[in-house]
Amino acid sequence: MKRTAAGEEGDEEAMAFLDRAARSLFLTELLGGMALTLRYMFKPKVTLNYPYEKGPISSRFRGEHVLRRYANGEERCIACKLCEAVCPALAITIEAEPRDDGSRRTTRYDIDMTKCIYCGLCQEACPVDAVVMGPNFEFSTESREELFYNKQKLLANGDRWEAEIAQNLAAEAPYR
Amino acid sequence: MAEFWSGFLLPLIIMVLQILAITVPLLVAVAFMTYAERKIMGAMQMRQGPSIVGPFGLMQPFADGLKLFAKEQILPEGANRIVFYVAPMLTFFLALIAWAVIPFDYGVVLSNINVGVLYLFAISSLGVYGIVMAGWASNSRYAFLGALRSAAQMVSYEVSMGLIIITVLLCVGSLNLTDIVRAQEKVWFCIPLLPMFVMFFISALAETNRAPFDLPEGESELVAGFMVEYSSAPFALFFLGEYANMILMSAMTSILFLGGWLPPLPFAPFTWVPGIVWFALKIAFCLFTYVWVRATVPRYRYDQLMRLGWKVFLPLSLFWVVLTAGVLVTFGWLPK
Repeated sequence: MKRTAAGEEGDEEAMAFLDRAARSLFLTELLGGMALTLRYMFKPKVTLNYPYEKGPISSRFRGEHVLRRYANGEERCIACKLCEAVCPALAITIEAEPRDDGSRRTTRYDIDMTKCIYCGLCQEACPVDAVVMGPNFEFSTESREELFYNKQKLLANGDRWEAEIAQNLAAEAPYR
Repeated sequence: MAEFWSGFLLPLIIMVLQILAITVPLLVAVAFMTYAERKIMGAMQMRQGPSIVGPFGLMQPFADGLKLFAKEQILPEGANRIVFYVAPMLTFFLALIAWAVIPFDYGVVLSNINVGVLYLFAISSLGVYGIVMAGWASNSRYAFLGALRSAAQMVSYEVSMGLIIITVLLCVGSLNLTDIVRAQEKVWFCIPLLPMFVMFFISALAETNRAPFDLPEGESELVAGFMVEYSSAPFALFFLGEYANMILMSAMTSILFLGGWLPPLPFAPFTWVPGIVWFALKIAFCLFTYVWVRATVPRYRYDQLMRLGWKVFLPLSLFWVVLTAGVLVTFGWLPK
C-alpha cells in the first residue's frame, strides 16, 4: 500500500501528540526537575557565614569615609573645599580658618552619611589624599543623628583604618 | 464519690493524657518541620539554612515562635472582632482534631471509629471555613480575594480527592483506617494504584495550599493572601495549623497508600522496628517530598490550577474509579 504525503504528515502529528501526552502523563519533566534539585542537595554549600566570615573586598571599595593624617600626626586636609564642591549629593560641609601657625585648616568638616551616595568623587578630588573612602561597610546605627559625621569622628575613623587604607592606596597608585 | 472517680474523672484524665500524648509530639513535629523545610530548601539551593540558634540551628523554630508571640497584635479597623479571632483558632483546632482517628500502630488510636476516612475527609473540608472566615473578618479586599482563591482551590481539589479515596475504599471494603492499613499487608496500595497515589499527593499539595499551589499565599504577588491582616499569636496559629495540616495529609497519604505502620517487607530485620517508627518514617518521607516539590516547581497560575483540578484530575480519577471497580468485579477480587 502506498502512503500519501498527507497521510504521513497525519501520522507524524499523531505521534507527536502521543509523545506529548505520554510526557505530561508520566510527569517526565517534573521528575527530571526533582532529580536535579535532589542532586543539588548534596552539592557543597556556598553560604558565607557572614558575621563570622567575610568576603574579599576590592582595594577600590568605597566604604565609610575617613580623614587621614600625616605620619607626624598633622591632619592632611588643607580645606581646599574641592570635595565639598564636587559632591553631587551635597553631603559635605566645610568651614575653614587660618590656624595660629598660619596654615589653613578646617574648623568644621561634616559628612552627612544619610545623603552620601558613595560615588567616590570626594576621594578623586582630594589633592592630598585626606578624605578617602575606607574598606569599612559595617557602620549602621540605630539613629539618624549618629550618621551625621563630624571632623572628630572622621579623623578617628582615619586613625582606625589607616593601615588598610595606606595599603589600598599603594595598590591603586599605579593606576592613578 | 468513688463512682464519680471511676466512672467519670478517671476516664476523663486518661483521655486528656492521651490527647496530650498526640498533640504535644505533633506540635513539636510542626516546629521541627519548619526547621527541616528551611534546611532542606537551603541545601537544594546550595545554602546552609538556619545554623546560628542552638546546635545546627535546631532551636530556630523556638526562637521564631518566641518572636511571633512577642509581636504586637493588631486588630484591623472595621474587622469583625469575634470572627477575626475565631478563624485562626478554628484552623488550628481542625488541624489537631483530625488526629483523633489516625492509627499510629495496630490498636494505637485515640478513637477507632468505623468511618475514619469520612471523618478525616470532613475535617479537612471544614478547613475552608477558617480561611473564608479569616478573609471575610479582616475587612480587607486583599485578604478577601486571597480567601476566595483559597476556598475555590480547596473545594476543587477535594472533588478529585474524594474519588481517589473511593478507589482505595473499593479495594479495602471498609472506611476504618485500621482496616485500610491491614488490607495493605500483602502489597501497599501505592503499587497497584500508583497513578492514584501520585494524584492524591498532588491534590494534597493543593489542599494544604503548598507550592506549587500556594496561590492563596502567593508571597510574590499577594503578600499573604487571607492572612495579610494577621499578626502575632493569631498568625502563629494559622502557621501551626497549616503545618499540622501538612503533617496530617502526609499521615493520610501513608495510611491510604504507603501501608501506615506496616514495615516495607514483612520479615525479620524490618519487623523488629516498631510500627510507629515506620509510620513516622513514612510521614517524614511525604513531608520531605512536600519540601522537595516546593524547592523545585514554580507556582501555578490560577487558571492552570483550576484546569488541572477540573479538566485533568477529575476525569482521570473518575476513570480510575471505574477501571478499579471493573477490574475488581471482573476478577472477583472484591473484598468481602
